Amino acid sequence: MGTQSQIYAGAFADPVFAAQSVFRTLMDSFARPGTIGRLSTQSSPPSPLGNASGAVALTLCDQDTAVWLSPALAKSAVSQWIAFHTGACVTEAKDEARFAFFEKGAAVPGFDQFALGTQEYPDRSTTLVVEVEALTGGQPLVARGPGIKTEIVVAPKGLPDVFLDFWTANRAIFPRGIDLVLTAEDSVLCLPRTTKLERE
Amino acid sequence: MNDLATYNFAYLDEQTKRMIRRAILKAIAIPGYQVPFASREMPMPYGWGTGGVQVTASILGPDDVLKVIDQGADDTTNAVSIRAFFQKVANVAVTTKTVEATIIQTRHRIPEEPLKEGQTLVYQVPIPEPLRFLEPRETETRKMHALEEYGLMHVKLYEDISRNGHIATTYAYPVKVEGRYVMDPSPTPKFDNPKMHMSEALQLFGAGREKRIYAVPPFTEVVSLDFEDHPFEIQTFEKPCALCGAENVYLDEVVLDDRGGRMFVCSDTDHCEDRRAHGHAGSMLASTQHQRKEPAE
Repeated sequence: MGTQSQIYAGAFADPVFAAQSVFRTLMDSFARPGTIGRLSTQSSPPSPLGNASGAVALTLCDQDTAVWLSPALAKSAVSQWIAFHTGACVTEAKDEARFAFFEKGAAVPGFDQFALGTQEYPDRSTTLVVEVEALTGGQPLVARGPGIKTEIVVAPKGLPDVFLDFWTANRAIFPRGIDLVLTAEDSVLCLPRTTKLERE
Repeated sequence: MNDLATYNFAYLDEQTKRMIRRAILKAIAIPGYQVPFASREMPMPYGWGTGGVQVTASILGPDDVLKVIDQGADDTTNAVSIRAFFQKVANVAVTTKTVEATIIQTRHRIPEEPLKEGQTLVYQVPIPEPLRFLEPRETETRKMHALEEYGLMHVKLYEDISRNGHIATTYAYPVKVEGRYVMDPSPTPKFDNPKMHMSEALQLFGAGREKRIYAVPPFTEVVSLDFEDHPFEIQTFEKPCALCGAENVYLDEVVLDDRGGRMFVCSDTDHCEDRRAHGHAGSMLASTQHQRKEPAE
């Protein structure tokens, strides 16, 4: 019964305006990489999916988007929660997923295992939604690229050590590549594939 | 408010909005690349800005302030009807002042007032593919974008020079975005091209009939294509605006009579009104005001 109520509860109270508000925060965050966007509305998905990641799922996923879940999320009630509230089907094939979700501390596989799009259709790539410990206080990285006037320092905490290598490889295959949404508590930090990251 | 209940907020259903929102995010991530999307039938014909309307409807929220311009003017048919549409289906606040707007939907102009962070400019685009008139096959143009093969566009500009002595393209002048994709800035006059470069505002482009969405994020390099010996130049005007005296703005020609009388006035009506409100006057302003007063007396 507990699991059942978890599956049916926790979506947006006011879906139309909540989705609009979350989307605008995501749009502004993708347009200005490195800035931290605070979501005005939250969801409460079953553990271990974070509230901000849940809000992203409710805003962007539906029956047209296959979703890949990290092993821990796939084992939890999250897959049924996403299926019930968004209609998205959960896939096990990483390269078929339009969105991929990771809970805090989950192992992030190489980005090239996900859909990268093709040279003709680079938009057909996976968007990774990764929850981290915090969006500040980690290893400082200098970000440059479209949306950033000169440069901005980002320091998400709790990313794997190989993240920068993964990201550099992802940047190198532009226009193909994945896009990344980092979430923590009620905030998001978006990194489109155009952003270049370097150690300070 | 009864009218509002008939439709979902901002007319489109939520599934359509999600589809368009996903396309917008991918468009921002790949500046200048045209993302295909499942464009919907809108309660207005193709060619009236259905692409721009769908983009605006998908990003619009209750706190937004919307401005709609058509060739720079707030008071022309297309602008008036689209503004009224969003007032009806979203009950959104509207304005004609560029500085007050959070979303500006535009047909073929960029406001003279520099746009700021937090503003989003939504373009109505008729033909999103800059290579379409050079190569009609979608499969081929897609391959050309994939291979970054833009020689044909340079040949077109070169043919301009060989025929006319200069690059004769004056609107929809092709640009290269962030050194990668050649993009059609929609049929804005080339006068507006430099405003797109490193703009503080987010620029979104919607083509309804052609089913494409593309974007230029803020602070993105937008370079007009040219040659070393024929550098890109914008239009210049001999006289300032006849109503507000503004220089270095884009002017419209207004025919006054059938004996060759004409005046040149700002295409951006809000900019012109704002300058006049601040006491700027052009050569033909005083007589115009005088004529307007007479019938009232």
